[in-house]
Amino acid sequence: MKTPKKVLVLGSGALKIGEAGEFDYSGSQAIKALKEEGIKTVLVNPNIATIQTSKFLADTVYFLPVNDFFVEKVIEKEKPDAIFLSFGGQTALNCGIQLHKKGILKKHNVEILGTPMSAIMLTEDRQAFAKHLNSINIPTPISETAANTTEALVIAKNLGYPVMVRAGFALGGQGSGIAKNEEELKSLADKAFSFVSQLLVEQYLHHFKEVEYEVVRDKDDNCITVCNMENMDPLGIHTGESIVIAPSQTLNNFEYHSLRAASIKIVRSLGIVGECNVQYALNPHPKTGRIDYFVIEVNARLSRSSALASKATGYPLAYVAAKLALEKNLTEIKNKVTQVTQSCFEPALDYIVVKIPRWDIEKFKGADEVIGSSMKSVGEVMGIGRTFEEAYQKAIRMLDLDFEGATSERILKPGESVVSRLTTPTPKRMFAVARALHEKMPIKKIYSLTGIDPWFLSRIKDIVDAERTIKGKKLSDITKDKMLTLKKLGFSDKRIGQMIGVVGLDVRKKRKEWGIIPSVFQIDTLAGEFPAKTNYLYTTYHGAHNDVNPTGKNGVIVLGSGPYRIGSSVEFDWTSVNTVLGLKKYGKESIIINCNPETVSTDYDVSDRLYFEELTFERIADIYEFENPFGVIVSVGGQTPNNRAQSLNAYGCHILGTHPDDIDRAENRSKFSKLLDTLEIDQPAWSKFSTIKEALRFCKEVGFPVLVRPSYVLSGTSMSLCYSADELGRFLKQIAHISKEYPITVSKFIEDAKEIELDAVAQNGEVKAFVIAEHVENAGVHSGDATIILPAQKIYVETEKKIEDIARKLAKSLSISGPFNIQFLAKNNNVSVIEINLRASRTLPFISKVTDIDFSALIVNAFFGQQKETIAIKPLNYVAAKVPQFSFARLTGADPMLHVEMASTGEVGCFGNNLEEAFLIGELSVGGKIPKKGVFISLGGDENKIRFLESVRLLIKLGHALYATEKTATFLSKNDISSIRLHKIHEGKTPTILEAFNSGDIDLAVNIPEEQSKKAIGDGYAMRRSAIDHNILLFTDLKKAELFIKAISEKKLETLPIKSWNEYLSS
Amino acid sequence: MTGKLILEDKTIIEGISFGATTSIAGEVVFSTGMTGYPETMTDPSFAGQILIFTYPIIGNYGIPDKKYWESEKIQTTGIIVSQYIDTPSHSELKQTLAKWLKSENIPALEIPDTRHLTKILREKGTMLGKIIVDDPEQSRKVDFDFYDPNLENLVARVSTKKIIHEGEGEKTIVLIDCGAKENINRCLINRGVKVITVPWNADLFTDKRIGKFDAIVISNGPGDPKMAKETIATVRKAIEKKIPILGVCLGNQILALAAGGDTYKLKFGHRSQNQPCTLVGTKRCYITTQNHGFAVSDKLPKDFNTWFVNANDGSNEGIIHTSLPIMSVQFHPEATPGPVDTEWIFDYFLEKFS
Repeated sequence: MKTPKKVLVLGSGALKIGEAGEFDYSGSQAIKALKEEGIKTVLVNPNIATIQTSKFLADTVYFLPVNDFFVEKVIEKEKPDAIFLSFGGQTALNCGIQLHKKGILKKHNVEILGTPMSAIMLTEDRQAFAKHLNSINIPTPISETAANTTEALVIAKNLGYPVMVRAGFALGGQGSGIAKNEEELKSLADKAFSFVSQLLVEQYLHHFKEVEYEVVRDKDDNCITVCNMENMDPLGIHTGESIVIAPSQTLNNFEYHSLRAASIKIVRSLGIVGECNVQYALNPHPKTGRIDYFVIEVNARLSRSSALASKATGYPLAYVAAKLALEKNLTEIKNKVTQVTQSCFEPALDYIVVKIPRWDIEKFKGADEVIGSSMKSVGEVMGIGRTFEEAYQKAIRMLDLDFEGATSERILKPGESVVSRLTTPTPKRMFAVARALHEKMPIKKIYSLTGIDPWFLSRIKDIVDAERTIKGKKLSDITKDKMLTLKKLGFSDKRIGQMIGVVGLDVRKKRKEWGIIPSVFQIDTLAGEFPAKTNYLYTTYHGAHNDVNPTGKNGVIVLGSGPYRIGSSVEFDWTSVNTVLGLKKYGKESIIINCNPETVSTDYDVSDRLYFEELTFERIADIYEFENPFGVIVSVGGQTPNNRAQSLNAYGCHILGTHPDDIDRAENRSKFSKLLDTLEIDQPAWSKFSTIKEALRFCKEVGFPVLVRPSYVLSGTSMSLCYSADELGRFLKQIAHISKEYPITVSKFIEDAKEIELDAVAQNGEVKAFVIAEHVENAGVHSGDATIILPAQKIYVETEKKIEDIARKLAKSLSISGPFNIQFLAKNNNVSVIEINLRASRTLPFISKVTDIDFSALIVNAFFGQQKETIAIKPLNYVAAKVPQFSFARLTGADPMLHVEMASTGEVGCFGNNLEEAFLIGELSVGGKIPKKGVFISLGGDENKIRFLESVRLLIKLGHALYATEKTATFLSKNDISSIRLHKIHEGKTPTILEAFNSGDIDLAVNIPEEQSKKAIGDGYAMRRSAIDHNILLFTDLKKAELFIKAISEKKLETLPIKSWNEYLSS
Repeated sequence: MTGKLILEDKTIIEGISFGATTSIAGEVVFSTGMTGYPETMTDPSFAGQILIFTYPIIGNYGIPDKKYWESEKIQTTGIIVSQYIDTPSHSELKQTLAKWLKSENIPALEIPDTRHLTKILREKGTMLGKIIVDDPEQSRKVDFDFYDPNLENLVARVSTKKIIHEGEGEKTIVLIDCGAKENINRCLINRGVKVITVPWNADLFTDKRIGKFDAIVISNGPGDPKMAKETIATVRKAIEKKIPILGVCLGNQILALAAGGDTYKLKFGHRSQNQPCTLVGTKRCYITTQNHGFAVSDKLPKDFNTWFVNANDGSNEGIIHTSLPIMSVQFHPEATPGPVDTEWIFDYFLEKFS
């Protein structure tokens, strides 16, 4: 092979359930590997919040959809000589398959680097792949392909229930599941066939262990397994939904190496060059012989598991895979972690890692909390320790959900049946296990209910038993030995305090008196065998030494984002990484603390030191005390680090940037409200209440609708709009579990108001740069779910001026040094402030990349008081749209209605010469399609109907058949527009909405309810959910739907601009 | 019960005893393998050694039936782990690790910071040490001298005393047992050859009980190879007779010595399951299991070439005769524990003669 000069890299697009930040990690490493070889890189990835789409990485970036249509155009323009398909998840791989099938790659002489297409295609066709494996004597579960539901039912009947159903060519196990009977299979199959054309019905392997291997192979046939991992949850729960342990704990040498050898055999047979993941089902009780196993899945690409394996071992899998794709030999690649050994080896761990998924299912109204063979989690954390107990308890706290450890009682109700919680897998099951052990349920019984290996149950029992010994005792009863034992088992100071009736700080003080502090250990890939120069660290109580010396006053701690979740994802990793880069300018040594294996900030070569650790006060303080740094940055990793500002400040840590007292003045609603009043800045009427009665009195005064929420919220948790007293009452009942520390606030909701955001950087209270962006949707849609346009298109000059003035006033009075973001409501030139955050917002990467001003650099400058000049944003000759990505299809039962609580899992940022182009490219990037068939319309209320009329006429002009519900159809008919009347189920007439959706005649649905809040129940919900389940593009916001229809009527797919980021910036 | 590990350099580390209430002395070494502690502990190459497991959690799946061991007993003198698991879980489980240790009178300590110990050994080299278990019933203080197993002929201690005929096949191989792991035997028998296991000092050419054979395999074994003088002499004779030979681990060193080469002691040895070995003259690199404290010097005997080289530190991993089917490897092609990637060495050897 000739070394390519220019390589096209495909990204994975917006973060979605099943495909998240791990592909920013893998893509970034791949681009670094290419750059080192002097190869030019062209990246197609619309995800503007990623690090890979930064100037210091890819040479040319296209914020365009990752599909064959757009990628072909990029190929035509850029003429790359090779392409990387395996670093952008299933999205990139599927795109690559299409490019190959359509002969596009061949036509343009683009060589696929790494694993050959034949191998990719084989691994993606389950039936053919099973045949291949069987031909090399590798067992696979008995399975057959079904092309429709009837066929699936016949196969299942022959196999016997329960059966496992898997969808071909789908990311993250979408459309997969376990069917216990005909009824369940029918419902699963019906749903799956709306996405895929092929379904596999398989024998179900009850309570088999699930084990995976990450394999690397070079062109010379050197083949190694970098890591093996064992799922704590048995087979049947997607590995992305499982608690995963590395290395495996319950496999003996024979099992470990039999599966390892099988992995290598498979990878060789496929001719993989690069990385591959093999997943197994392993029978814990083999019927004959020493081993009984099946291969259940092979991913011929970097995956979520490979990202985890990379962080778990310190082996830079994606980087190595990229080098191998360039036909390097494994022995030619140096071990970047040790700097002394090389990449052709298998890491030896002297610690254990525990990965736990982060779910936010309760944030989706109506969503089913049961977890299974398709993904629902939105992020993950990885705890590292010297024992399972230590790593597991760390990981639980890392979830940042107020769980103090394995024994947290927080989400189990006192009387709740533990048996059903054990039998049905949900995010609560891990706590039910501890509860059951606490209630002295035998391990054997828990095993039979859960399939969790007794080994893991015994470890959790260690934790439960230890806790029992101190419950109700006093701090003075706790001996030094007891304290050390508890800390070794991973208990937090706070949890110990809860057991003995003191606060965490008291426990901390006591243990420090005894010298009980954690040790700092390196992750060096070879268990201490060679002296490694690694900067990858964790802490443990099983240590008698530290592997490193403190950094001292030259060090600056940067707190990362923690797990990706609804409301906090890759955008905060971008800001963290860029802050680290900014620190270099000041000669500071950066010390990252983060616990999220999907991030770039936790890569080995980003910071000077990386602590893969909890973002709890306790751990940050431990690290702070060990490192004795210059200070800590809390404002670039989202709300989690920001929430630590007060406690760290009170403990005496130096916080860089805005003073924590001022942060409190901004975040404490009462204090902030008073400040606004003092500054004569408008705000929606609001008040704080402890009883419903008082709240109702207020509501009557200001009038419904009102917005109800607790203070210190992140992404609208438990926030809701209420249109009546009944609704308010119902809502308050639902969230009654919220603690007294966080009282309920009720504020007047202004209808039909515009929402506008300002992002800025200030230094000592003086604004140094700011950007104003507008939301397409009216206020009422969470800002994280909103479509954001830059530059703002429809803001009055006067409004803009007012916003700027308010920002300057607030910056001054809060003495802001660093980033801040203000959200405004604007109606008829009246501007009021909704909230301010004295931290980098999620739009920071978007505005930085659109305006070509690196706001993260300004933030660091401001921290050091070195941002001399004020930066003015030059007028932009283009428009950019930040469009949210939703993952409703994955969340069975979830209402896809947009509302005040955030529901999107990711976003894209796309450019165009005008608003319509930018938005349309954005919408196409998050899975939207230009409709070719009929359009279903259901509009609530007269006002919506009248306003949407213009859009309806555009649809008719485009030649779409219209389908409508009763009132909408009547309204359209009055306006001389004919439509096909569809019936709701209770009307008892045909054609029903469901039938129409089933028929495949509809590919766009617009459902605008009259009042936002009436969504959880009723026909509206049913039709929205049904649209999602039938893979029909759905809009629930009027203004967004209008914009989309305007865009498709004005723009044609073929003429959308294929312009790189650089071309826009220099235009 | 508590105990302590005392190192030659006067380091004393307290631990919790979970094995036999016996105090012992030996050479302290560490192994970085993450699985296969029953196989490791029954590997006779560990005779005379106190083994530190760098993987911190040991005992997870208990101890299986004897037929899966690498020899008939625990060979390590003592073991050190970070966390001992007394609640194992596995379908092959027969007993816990602690019970096994007690029944075989082998002491074991739980010392949390085994990484610290590993670093000491890495920096200062392999050291002698003692495990002292505090026995509450013994009021008298236990003390004794350090013991250097490398000054003793450990091979003689662990080798078989009998001549054993096993397996069926056309080819007959004499396996010189210098402390052979059972899996060498299994690997050969599975390939359809007759195996005659003989003591380290057997006279292959006159002993009637051995009879005719086609080739020799020199097994792995403990200690300094130069102690096994009789074996070296036997192999020298075999080379002269141009008998096909395969050496494994200690067998590599013995072959080198017999052919006129030399060996030396490594600072802290290779004891792990992830050692990369490059097949000289190719781009192929293999992940191997290793357990040795001595190595073959770079100055090779006449008529021999380097066969494998350690990709990490460049040390010798095998030699091969320029024309005869005589070869040896420093790693363990029979694995157990560890990767099975180099089992082909047995096939390669068997193909070389008929």
